[in-house]
Amino acid sequence: MTYIAKPKLHHPGLPKNALGFTHRDYEGRISTLCAGCGHDSISAALIQACFELDLEPHRVAKISGIGCSSKTPDYFLGQSHGFNSAHGRMPSVLTGANLANRDLIYLGVSGDGDSASIGLGQFAHCIRRGVNMVYICENNGVYGLTKGQFSATADKGSKSKAGGTNADSPIDLVSLALVLGCTYVARSFSGDKHQLVPLIKGAISHQGSAVLDVISPCVQFNNHAGSTKSFDYVREHNEAMNRIDVIPARSEITVDFEPGTTEVVRQHDGSYLKLAKLHADYDPTNRAAAMAFLQEKSAKGEVVTGLLYVDPEPEDLHAHLKTVGAPLNRLGEKELCPGSAALAQVNAGYR
Amino acid sequence: MKPLAATNDFVVKFANVNGSGSASANELFARSVLRMGVAVATRNIFPSNIQGLPTWYEVRISGEGWLGRRGGVDLVVPLNPQTWDRDIAEVEPGGYMLYDSTKPLTGQKLRSDITVLGVPFTELSNSMAGTIPRERQLLKNIVYVGALAALLGLDLKVIDALIEKQFKGKTKLVTLNGTALRLGYDYVEKNLKGACGLKVTHSDKVGERIFIAGNDAAGLGAVYGGATVCAWYPITPSTSLAEAFSAHCKRFRVDPATGENKFAIVQAEDEIAAIGMVLGAGWNGTRSFTATSGPGISLMQEFFGFAYYAEIPAVIFDIQRGGPSTGMPTRTQQSDILLAAYASHGDTKHILLFPEDPRESFEFAAQSFDLAERLQTPIFVMMDLDIGMNDWLCEPLSWDDSRTYDRGKLITAEELEAGKAFARYLDVDGDAIPYRTLPGTHPTKGAYFTRGSSHNAYAVYSESGKDYTDVMQRLLRKLETAKSLVPAPVMRAAKEKSRHGVIYFGSTSAAMDEAFASLAAQGVHLDGLRVRAFPFADALSDFVHGHDQVFVIEQNRDAQLLKLIVNECGLDPARFISILHYDGTPITARFIHGAIAERLSVTRKEAAE
Repeated sequence: MTYIAKPKLHHPGLPKNALGFTHRDYEGRISTLCAGCGHDSISAALIQACFELDLEPHRVAKISGIGCSSKTPDYFLGQSHGFNSAHGRMPSVLTGANLANRDLIYLGVSGDGDSASIGLGQFAHCIRRGVNMVYICENNGVYGLTKGQFSATADKGSKSKAGGTNADSPIDLVSLALVLGCTYVARSFSGDKHQLVPLIKGAISHQGSAVLDVISPCVQFNNHAGSTKSFDYVREHNEAMNRIDVIPARSEITVDFEPGTTEVVRQHDGSYLKLAKLHADYDPTNRAAAMAFLQEKSAKGEVVTGLLYVDPEPEDLHAHLKTVGAPLNRLGEKELCPGSAALAQVNAGYR
Repeated sequence: MKPLAATNDFVVKFANVNGSGSASANELFARSVLRMGVAVATRNIFPSNIQGLPTWYEVRISGEGWLGRRGGVDLVVPLNPQTWDRDIAEVEPGGYMLYDSTKPLTGQKLRSDITVLGVPFTELSNSMAGTIPRERQLLKNIVYVGALAALLGLDLKVIDALIEKQFKGKTKLVTLNGTALRLGYDYVEKNLKGACGLKVTHSDKVGERIFIAGNDAAGLGAVYGGATVCAWYPITPSTSLAEAFSAHCKRFRVDPATGENKFAIVQAEDEIAAIGMVLGAGWNGTRSFTATSGPGISLMQEFFGFAYYAEIPAVIFDIQRGGPSTGMPTRTQQSDILLAAYASHGDTKHILLFPEDPRESFEFAAQSFDLAERLQTPIFVMMDLDIGMNDWLCEPLSWDDSRTYDRGKLITAEELEAGKAFARYLDVDGDAIPYRTLPGTHPTKGAYFTRGSSHNAYAVYSESGKDYTDVMQRLLRKLETAKSLVPAPVMRAAKEKSRHGVIYFGSTSAAMDEAFASLAAQGVHLDGLRVRAFPFADALSDFVHGHDQVFVIEQNRDAQLLKLIVNECGLDPARFISILHYDGTPITARFIHGAIAERLSVTRKEAAE
């Protein structure tokens, strides 16, 4: 990590987005992660995605668990409120926060230990409920902060830096998310910003549960030969299904790819996902087919990336609970307290 | 043995089989007595089971208005062969047994010192034409209510009115129940007239009071207190609180125009997720709560420490049951006091409220949300199964319409815009309570990072020892501030000057009130202090210093409140005498009276020697 503070001044010619913000307005504190950590690339991709989507930084709430990945919300969107919660418990805190104010964008940041081990239950249940969120798992297959133990996403047979072999079957968060009814499921690689940024943008536009499993090599403890989460391994085995482009609502959409190679999906918020197909017979709107395809590829050791599944008309938890349109945290006595006259009637019912 | 004779002062106990539909008939009986203006105290004693195991319903009829459990049974209605022997054994000498005489008694234990009254409940209900077997099973229960009505002199018109209210608009059911009631009533009038010396007569002691369970009242209190997010996981005996909140919300919080809800209730996957949701919602500015019991409190520990340290409002209703482990899920105890007071690893202290009955459960429920937001910390409302799941006679609930919610120190966008300084964990006002902002408040000001790791006054991660101790010291001072905000103890002065005091709390109050009176009648005068909150008011130490010795009455094995008092107030343990009742049944006045009288006589003997 560096300890040299970033200069507060910046070049006057930095590009600005529609809100007049530059990249710098989406940055956070200096990262304390190791130099070259994949997680920092993901933070950079998040900054880029929010900048490109013209989001007001303060309308995003960042919530994380415990671990290297969960530290990162301090390193981007410095004008957003952050909540670095307990180990494996980001989903419940995010769910509660979302219930309190449905108008903000909820960015859940977690890691493979946080999501696939201690927090597997909460991972599953927030997806089942359809919480409107972007759930990013920064997946490196290893416990970094405690120095190199296998995590539950480590592939069977993969080697640890200390030389041990993982005998346990891996948990594939993408497959799990599909089974659980997740309405936006993607996998990417921290080393592929061009793929990752649009996937994040698509997830933010998605009005339901969006899960992004981002393979993010740990340069200290899981970047060696024999690891299946190293930069080299993922680059060699990365099988991208598609490249997406997110076109915000109200923009004109033009299809400039050859017919058959591009698919356009209109999301509920009016935005479009333009998918350039890299794999001709992969249909990201067919959940069952996606699941079968993933199983086949992972058996061959391939890392399937891209937008793997999307339901453009998702339902979220607020729809299930029929909550009012106004954020619950803005309701006061007038809306919430039935008052003394109603209480007199209540009393009468108990006599 | 002379048969017991008493008017408006006796105990009836129903011994039923779980799932037989007896609960509503038993409640009908209790409410009939209430409607005649006589106070009742009822206790459901039920198993951790849905169908088949024994369950009991005890009705204490008290013209004097005592609401604690009395102990002993004067009239038993044994409808469960499994428990027949022990049900009969429990009856006071001279008492009564009213049983189903459809089949002759063969081999069951009987007692010569009680009056046996037989009414063929089953035969009578089976005689009702046009009914199906399940209906007849339920109507059999009404037959025994009818028989009791005749034996005890209950007013049939009162029972008819209650049946009418219960089955409003369902004419067939009103008729069927009315017929069953009269079958039992007429049988007794014809065959057993004058056989029972226990009587209920009209009185005027109930007045405006209501009959309500604590969980129901607390759920309503959460509605009045402005709670909008409830995250919970089913656990006896707290489940009915979340369900009551849901029912009251459906009545009061649904927008009539759109059908949309001004509340969100999530049944979480476990207690850890439930408290996580409560914290997320509290952090984001809604009033949120969970309802649970001991095992849930154990599971939630990590988040309690988080909320304490990161200063997040939350309300937790702990409906205590018998522990440890799974313990006695359907029995009452006050045994989570220390667990809640010092919940989580590291140095923590939490605010506890101790309501004495459903009415106070309503009030404390509403107040707890003000306290949580004012103090930015978890508030534990420490109820128990006895208060939570039994109907209690209490004063009507009341609400002052001029009351507003205390949202605590929340900085608005306007204040930030106007240049008000903001540092999340800085003690600006000297009361140790910092200011907070909600997510999404202002584009460039007021954002901060919430974390359970050590932080300085500006919410920045810090491993500096001074930064850490500054925050920890301020959190201690915040608890001092809390002392003046939480409900004050209630003092009860003896008629004559007393060297002895009694400290008690929660559901013990009803039995304690009665014990004060019965002890005073024997010349034992005691001052009382009812604890209503932790941290303890300074008045508690003064009370202890003002007496030679102080009894502390609790429903747990380890004298948890006493230990908390000794620990937190720095008092000499020798000043206290602990009285403990923890078999899972609600404490009784008889028990308290006996225990105090015994200790005092020992003390006097020792003094004389």
